[in-house]
Amino acid sequence: MSVSVSVPTILRPVTKGEKTVSADGATVADLIADLNSRYNGLSDRLVKNGALHRFVNIYVNDEDVRFTGGLDTTVADGDQVTILPAVAGGSGA
Amino acid sequence: MSRYESLVEAVGGTPLVGLPRLSPSRGVRIWAKLEDRNPTGSIKDRPALAMVAAAEADGRLRPGCTVIEPTRGNTGISLAMVCRIKGYRLICVMPENTSEERRMLLRAYGAQIISSPAAGGSNAAVAAAKLLAADHPDWVMLYQYGNPDNARAHYESTGPELLADLPTITHFVAGLGTTGTLMGVGRYLREKVPDISIIAAEPRYGELVYGLRNLDEGFVPELYDSDVLTSRFSVGPEDAVRRTRELLEVEGIFAGISTGAVLHAALGIAARADKEGRKADIAFVVADAGWKYLSTGVYGASDDEAAASGLEGQLWA
Repeated sequence: MSVSVSVPTILRPVTKGEKTVSADGATVADLIADLNSRYNGLSDRLVKNGALHRFVNIYVNDEDVRFTGGLDTTVADGDQVTILPAVAGGSGA
Repeated sequence: MSRYESLVEAVGGTPLVGLPRLSPSRGVRIWAKLEDRNPTGSIKDRPALAMVAAAEADGRLRPGCTVIEPTRGNTGISLAMVCRIKGYRLICVMPENTSEERRMLLRAYGAQIISSPAAGGSNAAVAAAKLLAADHPDWVMLYQYGNPDNARAHYESTGPELLADLPTITHFVAGLGTTGTLMGVGRYLREKVPDISIIAAEPRYGELVYGLRNLDEGFVPELYDSDVLTSRFSVGPEDAVRRTRELLEVEGIFAGISTGAVLHAALGIAARADKEGRKADIAFVVADAGWKYLSTGVYGASDDEAAASGLEGQLWA
């Protein structure tokens, strides 16, 4: 089973320039571990003390994983995962 | 009541209208809170007025003061109106990739604009405004991202209006920017309505906006408290544009593009509730109308794809 993971510009030096990578696993944590086996150092950038880095957002099918179980959020074949840094984006400000 | 002593008193009291054609069934209804019906045409009139009033009350703002604020446009336009009426000078720090109409409106209200680089989006504007404020201790930065009066405006007005108009409300959906709307309305409704769902729709921009030098440059508004939210969705420009056009075509509501992102999340929740056979009354926020985005070509484009291409590189929400 395979999940497509979109990587933000800031992390592409770690993914050898790849914008989208494929990963295997049943949870977000599994995906990160799988990716880290090929792109060493990625896990340290995304996870601090067992939780998502304060300024990293991860979405599974556009839903923020912090509201769906965090790193334990389950993923299924064909899901789209997006990693983005937290910025002052937002609506109408 | 529809008579007011001055324009600032006409803020709020906006209509809530049903979307009978876009709602999936009679049991699952979607409602639009038309915040474009505020004096300067956006929801930001509420926090702008509240932040200025509070700063005047505690003595931070005095006659002749200069106000500085990082904004993508709407808060700046609202502050410009309030400052014009009350006699303050306003400086807005704005990312350069915002729509020309917003700049025109700010200038019309007499505000001064300082541009921040497109790369980094609002992050860069916030950083630049903080530096300027530090260099000019006599300037007053109301700082919408961290000012509790922003959220309080929604706790005291937007929230109660929604509950009065829709006592059966089950879901509230709004855009996530300063987070003031979601925090204020969310807290109010959580106190009053058991099992209410508070849903954030966060615009997902082009890569330029996420161009930080390192992750520690990231930014989470000081007002943000994730405990208020039930879930949070990221919505890209294609979905936002498609829904903005659909809202106009099907329900006749001419809304800004961030509203398309919010509607996209609302429709997703509506479809889920309908499939599960649950009743739902879903209220979402129309933060502004489409006027300020006409130059993007989104409304007149022949199809959704062409419309989305008009937003390339823009801070569209």
